[in-house]
Amino acid sequence: MIFNKLSRRFLVIVTGLASMFSMSAAHAEYALNMTESVTPIGQQLYGLHMLVLWICVVIGVVVFGAMAWSIIYHRKSKGAVAANFHESTTVEIVWTVVPLLILIGIAIPATGTLLDLEDAKTDADITLQVTGIQWKWKYTYVDEDVSFISSLAQSSRDVVSDPTGNENYLLEVDEPVVLPINKKIRFLFHSSDVIHAWWVPELAVKQDSVPGFINDSWATIEKPGIYRGQCAELCGKDHGFMPIVVNAVTEAEYEQWLVSKKEEAAAAAASAEQEWSMKDLLARGETVYQANCSACHGPTGAGIPGAFPAMTGSPVVLGDPAGHIDVVVNGKAGTAMAAFKGQLNDVDIAAVVTYERNALGNSVGDMVQPSAIKNAR
Amino acid sequence: MSPLKLAAIPLLMFGFGFALVPLYDVFCDITGLNGKTGRIEAAEIDANKVDTSRTIEVRFLANTNTGLPWDFQPVVKKMEIHPGQVYEAVFRVRSASDRTTLGQAVPSVSPGLAAQHFNKTECFCFTQQELAGRETRDMPLRFIVGTDISEDIQQITLSYTFFSLDKG
Amino acid sequence: MYTETTHDAAHGEHHDHGPAKGLMRWVTTTNHKDIGTLYLWLAFIMLLYGGSMAMIIRLELFQPGLQWVEPHFFNQMTTMHGLVMVFGAIMPAFVGLANWLVPIMIGAPDMALPRMNNWSFWILPFAFTMLASTTFMEGGAPAFGWTFYAPLSTTFAPDTTDFFIFAVHLMGISSVMGAINIIATILNMRAPGMTLMKMPLFVWTWLITAYLLIAVMPVLAGAVTMMLTDRHFGTSFFDAAGGGDPVMFQHIFWFFGHPEVYIMILPAFGIISAIIPTFARKPLFGYSSMVYATASIAILSFMVWAHHMFTTGMPVAGELYFMYATILISVPTGVKVFNWVTTMWKGSMTFETPMLWALGFIVMFTIGGFSGLMLGVAPVDTQYHDTYFVVAHFHYVLVTGALYSIIAAFYYWVPKWTGHMYDEKLGKIHFWWSTIAVNVLFFPQHFVGLAGMPRRIPDYSLQFAEFNMISSIGGFAFGLAQVFFLYIVIKTIKGGEKASAQVWEGATGLEFEHLPSPPPYHSFTEAPPVK
Repeated sequence: MIFNKLSRRFLVIVTGLASMFSMSAAHAEYALNMTESVTPIGQQLYGLHMLVLWICVVIGVVVFGAMAWSIIYHRKSKGAVAANFHESTTVEIVWTVVPLLILIGIAIPATGTLLDLEDAKTDADITLQVTGIQWKWKYTYVDEDVSFISSLAQSSRDVVSDPTGNENYLLEVDEPVVLPINKKIRFLFHSSDVIHAWWVPELAVKQDSVPGFINDSWATIEKPGIYRGQCAELCGKDHGFMPIVVNAVTEAEYEQWLVSKKEEAAAAAASAEQEWSMKDLLARGETVYQANCSACHGPTGAGIPGAFPAMTGSPVVLGDPAGHIDVVVNGKAGTAMAAFKGQLNDVDIAAVVTYERNALGNSVGDMVQPSAIKNAR
Repeated sequence: MSPLKLAAIPLLMFGFGFALVPLYDVFCDITGLNGKTGRIEAAEIDANKVDTSRTIEVRFLANTNTGLPWDFQPVVKKMEIHPGQVYEAVFRVRSASDRTTLGQAVPSVSPGLAAQHFNKTECFCFTQQELAGRETRDMPLRFIVGTDISEDIQQITLSYTFFSLDKG
Repeated sequence: MYTETTHDAAHGEHHDHGPAKGLMRWVTTTNHKDIGTLYLWLAFIMLLYGGSMAMIIRLELFQPGLQWVEPHFFNQMTTMHGLVMVFGAIMPAFVGLANWLVPIMIGAPDMALPRMNNWSFWILPFAFTMLASTTFMEGGAPAFGWTFYAPLSTTFAPDTTDFFIFAVHLMGISSVMGAINIIATILNMRAPGMTLMKMPLFVWTWLITAYLLIAVMPVLAGAVTMMLTDRHFGTSFFDAAGGGDPVMFQHIFWFFGHPEVYIMILPAFGIISAIIPTFARKPLFGYSSMVYATASIAILSFMVWAHHMFTTGMPVAGELYFMYATILISVPTGVKVFNWVTTMWKGSMTFETPMLWALGFIVMFTIGGFSGLMLGVAPVDTQYHDTYFVVAHFHYVLVTGALYSIIAAFYYWVPKWTGHMYDEKLGKIHFWWSTIAVNVLFFPQHFVGLAGMPRRIPDYSLQFAEFNMISSIGGFAFGLAQVFFLYIVIKTIKGGEKASAQVWEGATGLEFEHLPSPPPYHSFTEAPPVK
């Protein structure tokens, strides 16, 4: 009776699941297997993955097949009488040697692929330094004097409570990294705080970024397109919210993009020269605060007790502006407080310092101009 | 085996855990893991052993870590070098603070296999650096890449990260 | 079959004292059966505690977006879930089984060091209370993953990390004491005639596991001690600023961590090697090759640690070595699976509950082994590393591997322990319910992992939504199944059909041939004859 009821309920669940499967099969982006790559090495990895997978499937069929056979035919209820053999050196040798041969069959292509993956042989055309920062990425084109921060896009931050229908939710950034196709790109990974890992499945690049040390990796992108990835090493609270977007374009478009980035930097430097009003600083400061500081110090400045200090009533914020600027610009060694000098320009830092001093429940009343920040770099 | 003898094993292994620290350094020296560079005395260098047939690009990166109010840059971003010859590169550091500040540079070479062939006779990373308020300093680095470096390696990156030593 | 009653009568005067009365019985006990029971209950409580955290994780991952918990709390949940399941559920459960079974399998009256046995258990409740209490402190519980990589766990961790460090020290001391006890018992207290190569495989696998424990738990203790001095006493083992290296932490951790995963699976091999022959009514195929395979797995486990670190920037030579050594482990592991399948071959099989769990173990542990082989191939591991593919892999070996073997052991030996048969129908429902649920739970995680979902994230993009929902449904069902298991356990302890001394038609071994069910409080006060 009970069993019947249970099995009926089971049927309901199974059909429910089946309908979910068929529903989702309608979605095109629904993936079961490893992402196919747009780099030659990535395609090699995919081939190796499929090879090992199929070897496992074949071994599985043999082993589970033998098991199923004895479960079906060698059962007591069918009158099977137990044999008494319990040793055979020949058999033992066979099933030690055969797997060994299979492993050699896997190891040979794997070794070749690994050597290709660690290819330092040919010169890279472009060197990109990637710095992991809690919880964003900094990209520096070391030959071009172009450098910027890339963090989770506001369009994703706005919908965390209900992201339904938000395409590329958590995989969108404010400032994608732009790379030319058909060029050998050398990535140099570095971290300014904890260990992160830069991973873009379609580029087949996943490498840890370690504080104090550099790691490298290579990729040649063969197809223009937008490739998305995420941090792959637990790096604290917002580990799940530091995506990577690579925009692979033609060389001409890449050159054009470099020029526009340099112009942008020049314009920002010019705006730092002028005096800013309190109103403008506060307005800009709020945006900067919410994008860069609120993850730890809280949207209202309350912090997380025991983990991250509050802004409201903080002695640093209420104290001398120079000390406050020093902490924001240079960070605080031995804590999670990052140095923002490499992340924000003079105007942004001046704005956010002013904002912290005069909002979030604080009212010091003074104002910090971009020139003060320039002096502190 | 008596329980007392058995108890010696965990004690030994606890010690072994700590012994892993120097062992790891030896291991890194041999394999180039973690890209730590070597140090040699200038007298050890054989000036006649320069391999002019090969040119390797050496690139310099400079980073400062949290808490250090320094601006730190290589004066020259990259050099073309021959294995076996001694070169000098200069890094410039400038303090943006009015206080005296103390830092330690940590080197890292990539690819790791190049690290064991990358040796320095003089480096600002050998000692701690103390900068007076607003001081700017040019710091030299004298290095040599061994002639026995693998033919596969054509580009080397040398990165320095300055860490703050001001506690509190 | 058994002769214990006559022994009891003959030696009644000086041996026939039962357990003390009341709560103090459990606090002061030095009896291996009592301590085994305590360990098993602690493990069950921890399973439900760690499981409830898994429920919170699956609830948050049920759909995209943040609905239930904050990311910081989510990280605390994944970390504590891992720590509690590894150190609180799986390991104590195996130690509990060893306490109960090793003496009665080798014909010993008790463990070699009964007082230390009491201590090694009673340390644990304090350790876990301390660890769990951090959840309610300022700064929260550990949130850096059960692998606690530096510098996230040193410079960047809250003050509560010191409680975590102390708790790990206590667990380590407990494990080492337990392991020394087991080795001393096995080496010194076997009945005459019980030669090493006649020992049941459960005893063999535990002997090897115990050696692994005393070799690697102190290394873990060393690692957390270094963390502690880095945090408070100015050393810089893992801090690049002072000449240390955060990657070295990973080397030391995994030097402990890889043998640790075998600590959690070798005793399982012993359990399965006891159950399969009983229900196939045929002796275990290749006993000696099983012993050698276990020993080789244990030795290899010390040589493969860096396969957890293929993306940290190791030199090629290192990656090649660790790849070859890692995939080599599949040879002795394969030998074990082949031996079990051959034991079934031409047997006369029946499918009571313990057999079902054992068969489930073989199939699903092998699936976990396959994904392990794939992960061992270094170049492709750069794609699998730190994704849900890894999560699926280690849950297949730890849940459908280790945990399944523990549940199988419960059903197999509980009639011996309590003298009551469990309810066969409920046992079978428990198996099928759990097995369907666990596959709905973990199999889709292979897919999301391959498609690019990193592990340890509280929220994900919409392309992973369907599989995560399926996985969560499986998770809730599996969690509920273990509450049902609690009911079965209590029901069996309270009563049930009387079990015979042999319990199972095909069962062999001293505990089934020479002891009644349940065995007397002090068993084998005189060594049994060994054939």
